[in-house]
Amino acid sequence: MVQERVMEKLAILADATKYDVSCSSGQSTRKNKNKGLGDTGGGICHAFTEDGRCVSLLKILLTNHCIFDCAYCVSRKSNDIKRVAFTVQEVVDLTIGFYRRNYIEGLFLSSGIFDNADYTMERLVRIVKKLRLEENFNGYIHLKAIPGASEELLKEAGLYADRLSVNVEMPTEQSLKLLAPDKNHKDVIKPMEYLKNEIIDYQEEKKSNYKTPLFAPAGQSTQMVIGATKENDMEILGMANYFYEQMKMRRVYYSGYVPISHDNRLPAIGTPVPMIRENRLYQADWLIRYYGFNVNEIVGFDQPNLDLDIDPKLGWALRNLHQFPVDINTADLELIQRIPGIGFLSAKKIVRRKKFQKITARRFKEIRNCLQPIEVFLGFFFAFLYAKRPNFCSNKKSDFEFAKQ
Amino acid sequence: MTQIVYDGSYEGWLTAVFEIYEYKLKGIVFAKEEISNTLLFSNSHFVTTNGEKANRVLNDLQQRLSHHGFNNIYFAFLSELEKIEEILFRFVEYAFASPINIEGDLSRIEVSNVKKAAHLTGKESHRMKAFVRFKLTKDNLYYAIVDPDCDVLPIIEQHFKNRYSDQRWLIYDSKRKYGIYYDLENVSTVEMQFESNASSSFLAEINDENEEFFQNLWRNYFCSVNIESRKNTKLHIKHMPKRYWKNLTEKIPNLNKR
Repeated sequence: MVQERVMEKLAILADATKYDVSCSSGQSTRKNKNKGLGDTGGGICHAFTEDGRCVSLLKILLTNHCIFDCAYCVSRKSNDIKRVAFTVQEVVDLTIGFYRRNYIEGLFLSSGIFDNADYTMERLVRIVKKLRLEENFNGYIHLKAIPGASEELLKEAGLYADRLSVNVEMPTEQSLKLLAPDKNHKDVIKPMEYLKNEIIDYQEEKKSNYKTPLFAPAGQSTQMVIGATKENDMEILGMANYFYEQMKMRRVYYSGYVPISHDNRLPAIGTPVPMIRENRLYQADWLIRYYGFNVNEIVGFDQPNLDLDIDPKLGWALRNLHQFPVDINTADLELIQRIPGIGFLSAKKIVRRKKFQKITARRFKEIRNCLQPIEVFLGFFFAFLYAKRPNFCSNKKSDFEFAKQ
Repeated sequence: MTQIVYDGSYEGWLTAVFEIYEYKLKGIVFAKEEISNTLLFSNSHFVTTNGEKANRVLNDLQQRLSHHGFNNIYFAFLSELEKIEEILFRFVEYAFASPINIEGDLSRIEVSNVKKAAHLTGKESHRMKAFVRFKLTKDNLYYAIVDPDCDVLPIIEQHFKNRYSDQRWLIYDSKRKYGIYYDLENVSTVEMQFESNASSSFLAEINDENEEFFQNLWRNYFCSVNIESRKNTKLHIKHMPKRYWKNLTEKIPNLNKR
């Protein structure tokens, strides 16, 4: 590698992907066979940026050349920036060099579109193939499927990558038309549909024939830009719900729009990034995926946006006060999960524990370690407990009662 | 008061547990390798590590606990918390005394303390899987230096063996002065002196010619992905505690930077 050139490319092409929020590296089942390099399992965050996000994958663009002119994108054609591109070999060397040093769990590869969709997709596929076949690499690979790429290339990508994703970018077709005139909603939905069917087919086949190769074992995901256009949270979550139910997506990511251009279709530069809103959307997303909430319970026509001041679960509880207080000793898992402040893991612990003993405030504290903010939603009320023990919620090592030998 | 002097190994501790029952010792205090001076007026019992005795204790525990609970004892032992031997002994004593499995009985301090200690080790072993940073030497060895609070090398060994089965590697614990070394076949424990603060010219000499380049690439990447306007130092430190920084490539400023 020509070192200085690669250093510069990495700075530019890593910088361009930092608003792509996908970073997960679990949910795959690729194992190290025949003494190769790497395996994929639980997913490990190897580092954390100074803004607190985790770094588990080498997240880069293959190139920031692009034939499209999407208003919200740094790499858009009309933007006056330095254009660079990695060679296939450079991406392979970077990935392997980083992986062997235990810096990363794998590769997240996206790209601007040069020439046409298939030309770009073909290069991405060449990189994954080289990693898997020549380098015997079993780490995690997340590949962006380029909208409009042919089905043969998508299929090949699925055979070598762990996860594929096509970004829908905008929650509605109208906004996509407005901000990305070259892009077509159909071009995004079509590959998603194709991948969904292939993934299901391969999974079915695997059941009867264990030798069936893996096909995108970590499924597919997508991303939406939030706050660039006028959609409300109901439309956004409705779209997300469509992806989870109809496209069998594993994840939908929400990316708060960071103003980057003086385009009058977009929020002006200096408009704050909707960070809280992004956070609330993720919370709502989790409620739908893990807590058995229906989208309509979180946002509805009477209240199309999430409350920014309180989290969506608390918001739901306040709108449904008739359900509270809940007696956790008689409630079932479904309802316990809905109590604000109790996560699905604690809820499971509570249900397991209930088989053995009645759950009192003290035992509840052992499970959750803190019950102050949510006591009003629970069947028991132990105000005096706090009065006696002001440090009830602290979780410091010094609280270990090792000293009481 | 009886002071049990053992060699500091897990097997040694298990032997000690056996002998406490064998000789019906009372008022137990553990000491590693040498007699502690703080207890002047006590009897001392010297334990010679004995595989057979250790195994009998292990077998008995295995029958009384779930797989997870059984592992927790080992994890808690590796936490190296102060007085962990006594804490564990109380737990084992309780397990032996009870006719049923006592792991779930978290209202008992014997049980919850062990669980907490095991949790500490578990957490740190997960972090070590993330924060090991290998450097490549001229003779193709990937080496890393760590100094974890808990003695986690024995439990992360398998992870690295599975992951890096086609490269030779060494992970060295600079606090406990030993390392684990994989020679493409097996992982073995090696004891050695390793200068962690060796001069940069020495390191440049033993390191592969591309090593510095990759370290700089990684630092460069780490800076590029940061979003300046969202800086959150508190969160950053929570995830990457400062005590690990000295061994993390991305947190060591590049000395040769022009």
